[in-house]
Amino acid sequence: MSEPLLEVRNLRVSFRTRTGTVTAVDGISFTVDPGEVVGLVGESGSGKSVSMLTVLRLIDNPNCVIEGEVLFKGNDLLTMSDADLRSIRGREIAMIFQDPMTALTPVYTAGWHISEQIRAHEKVSKKAANDRAIQLLTSVGIPNAESRVNSYPHEFSGGMRQRVVIAMALSCNPSLLIADEPTTALDVTIQAQILELLRDLQSEFGASIVLITHDMGVVSQMANRVMVMYGGRLVEAGSRLDVMREPAHPYTWGLMGSIPPTDGTRAVRLAAIPGAPISPSDSDRDRCLFAPRCTFATDSCRPQPGLIEHRPGHSDACIIPFSERAQRRTEALAPMRART
Amino acid sequence: MTASSPAEPNAPILLEARDVVKHFPIRTAQGRQQVRAVDGVSLKVRTGETLGLVGESGCGKSTFGRCLVKLIDPTSGSVLFDGEDITHMSRRELRSRRTGFQMIFQDPYASLNPRRRAAATVEEPMRTHGMGTDQEIRARAIHLLQTVGFDESYANRYPHEFSGGQRQRLGIARALALSPRLLIADEPVSALDVSIQAQVLNLLADLQEEQKLTYVFIAHDLAVVHHIADRIGVMYLGELVELGGSTEVYNNPRHPYTEALLSAIPVIDTDTEVRERIVLTGDLPNPIDKPSGCAFSPRCRYAQDICRVEKPLLQIQLDGREVACHFPVATGAK
Amino acid sequence: MWRFAGRRALAAVLVLFAISVMVFLIFFATPGADPAARIAGRNASQETLAQVRASFGFDKPMYMQYGLMMRHLFIDRDLTSFVNRGSQVIPQITQAIPVTLSLVIGAAVIWMVLGIIMGVAATAGRGTAVDPIIMVFGVIGVSLPVYWLGEVVNLITQSRLHDSWFAWVPPLGYAPLSDGVGTWALHLVLPWMTLAVLYAGIYARVLRSEMVGAMNEDYVRMARAKGIGEGRVLIRHALRTSLIVIVSLFGLDFGALIGGAALLTEVVFGLQGVGKLTYDSLQNFDLPVILGCVLYAAFFVVVANFIVDLAYAWLDPRVRHV
Repeated sequence: MSEPLLEVRNLRVSFRTRTGTVTAVDGISFTVDPGEVVGLVGESGSGKSVSMLTVLRLIDNPNCVIEGEVLFKGNDLLTMSDADLRSIRGREIAMIFQDPMTALTPVYTAGWHISEQIRAHEKVSKKAANDRAIQLLTSVGIPNAESRVNSYPHEFSGGMRQRVVIAMALSCNPSLLIADEPTTALDVTIQAQILELLRDLQSEFGASIVLITHDMGVVSQMANRVMVMYGGRLVEAGSRLDVMREPAHPYTWGLMGSIPPTDGTRAVRLAAIPGAPISPSDSDRDRCLFAPRCTFATDSCRPQPGLIEHRPGHSDACIIPFSERAQRRTEALAPMRART
Repeated sequence: MTASSPAEPNAPILLEARDVVKHFPIRTAQGRQQVRAVDGVSLKVRTGETLGLVGESGCGKSTFGRCLVKLIDPTSGSVLFDGEDITHMSRRELRSRRTGFQMIFQDPYASLNPRRRAAATVEEPMRTHGMGTDQEIRARAIHLLQTVGFDESYANRYPHEFSGGQRQRLGIARALALSPRLLIADEPVSALDVSIQAQVLNLLADLQEEQKLTYVFIAHDLAVVHHIADRIGVMYLGELVELGGSTEVYNNPRHPYTEALLSAIPVIDTDTEVRERIVLTGDLPNPIDKPSGCAFSPRCRYAQDICRVEKPLLQIQLDGREVACHFPVATGAK
Repeated sequence: MWRFAGRRALAAVLVLFAISVMVFLIFFATPGADPAARIAGRNASQETLAQVRASFGFDKPMYMQYGLMMRHLFIDRDLTSFVNRGSQVIPQITQAIPVTLSLVIGAAVIWMVLGIIMGVAATAGRGTAVDPIIMVFGVIGVSLPVYWLGEVVNLITQSRLHDSWFAWVPPLGYAPLSDGVGTWALHLVLPWMTLAVLYAGIYARVLRSEMVGAMNEDYVRMARAKGIGEGRVLIRHALRTSLIVIVSLFGLDFGALIGGAALLTEVVFGLQGVGKLTYDSLQNFDLPVILGCVLYAAFFVVVANFIVDLAYAWLDPRVRHV
């Protein structure tokens, strides 16, 4: 087993507000190995984006309190000096954001953006940086890269703009790419293009990817390993096949049951999760946070169940005995029976 | 809970669109041009069925939906509700028909008055149409709120106190206030979290069963449309390219665009190998400057010379499917 | 870009033409008043009236009258003030223009530089004492009336401390550039400062709020994620996009000041600029001078706006194709 590229240890992110403390990330620990694609799944407010922004210390809210350790190649990013961190941002760890419409500064060309990143980390001439920008734009599938390098963001379509952002992220050959909902703002057919591009680039460049998404389908097409977050905690983590075939946590069942089946059958009703997601300002945290919406909740859901590895590489935080999971899962997904 | 039965094949036609066209004039560097948002769409919706309209951004599905309820006036063509042409009705005539059809929007927050409490929001359309005394209206509002899953304690809350999914349910309650027969839902779940999306879809299914509603459900997500609709219409650049039964279209797309759209859905994959997919090249063309011939031809993997010259018409195929393609994908090709 | 500039220039010319027609209509074609009588001034003699009628062709059709007026203004440049018994109008205006231009351009440079420095510093110092301190200075600048500040400055530099600290301050008034750049600048430095204080305060506050907004934009977060230093993020990303707003504000203020809004500063510091000239001619009801001032002011406002439009397009590529 090689040393992990990224190791997050007991990361906790909270915000002080007038009405009290809001806990966005509640003690999560995980690792990302070199060359691996990890999917981080959750709904809005689950803490999936905040936790990854914290990795690069990109939250500049003075009321934000961060605890824990984020080790990248053995060095703690949270305690590192600003200068050291800057040399990692963009060069070792790159990031792609959800909305390609707003991720590029509107007054600069595509080439300018890419050159800026290259020249921030390497001593190369403007000309050389521009040539690399053209190469990169070609490699992410932008036609006529020689002329498009001088186009402004508003002259690209949404999908093309996301390609520019990806080219920029890859410009310094990062070893870790954090992609925060990279396709959510795009049309389905464009999403398919971008996902394929990411897959191709990943096998070509070999970077690890942490893919943040709310879409189980996207994760299942991209990730080697899947982590499910709820209320700022990891509730399930395992290999893609384990989690997709035999999801273990009731929340994951609910997520799966909420998606219309794609196998061609039509369900009568969806096995939706009742109620609303837990609010990050909920202070009653010494329990399973999913219990209020869980059909199987009992008194034993308090105190907070830990993330336990029930079988190699597949862990979850639920008190239901692992032997009963298959049975319960069938019950949970029962309303999803096909139409006659 | 039983399946909401698909509409009887010979149920009366509730809504009919006849060659609806909507062009928006715009000014560009090249002078005045037309955005051909909807370019001649005809379809019929039978009482009690759900027609799903699916397509990507810019395909004109929302504009078409708005034409259907006359929120915008089509450039040409007509819309018949219950046999009456509503396109050329006066405002007053239309007002009395409006109780028959209502619309639900993607962003319920934008369509709710932030200063109006939940019950008042639901009461408002009933008051405008003078449907009973204050007590009757209040009682019905509370009943409607209960129908969409709110107990009485919610009646006096303001929209900002509701979550996204709750607001959408409030929007649905308001749409139901006038006991419409037809609901046009424009992307009603796409702004919601997955688990909340499922709740709203279930609610819509339950309401349809209880109140015998007819839906036109507009969305970009083919999986969601397949789930809720009895028939699916696929739109591309302002045109209807395929129309047929939900299961049939989903399992056996005949138009190459439908095929690609289906293939693009990120299916939850439980296989060890990631399956091969049809990935469309290129972006959606501009609805100002539509390609000649078949609008899909520049991105189509089956396109031949004729496709770039001659525009295929929507034709009924042997299996009853309507497809606008010179070379429809063969039956059972999937 | 060139196409854009060409279209804008054409538009500017059309605007100027429209203004001249409107001014003409207001001055010469207002129903129920004899324009000749108004041009000749109060208590004019019959000969003067006849002279005016002939010179402006009031017996000829409208378009001829317009043409004659334009000819007096721009070709013969012999528009005469009848109130001031024969003084030529155009030389008065051409003398006043450099004064106002010197005053406003100098002040504009100072307030832009000051405003941008203050705005950027306040943005950079968010969450520390720097931000509120700068903003308080900004508010003070905004709330000091020019006539009061100017008089106080004059009191100190011309009288109270004139013999000690401010011995270098020349007497009030304008020195043309031909006297040497040093002399010119020395005469203007206090008026510049006085006029700039107000605008620097406004611009600093507007820029700060724009930049703080920009700092929360996705592209700033993206720039940070790229490993760009905070200074560069601030200047190249946040400031660059925020300048767009500042420039459009500048176009309005600059045009207005050139067109005579610097009157108070001109009066306080004894500068014979366009504002002062307009003011005096209004006092005397000297119609030809008012006419000339309005048209020349319009010319400079339109030119200033044309330049701002170009700057705008240079700053914001999205505008170029409109």
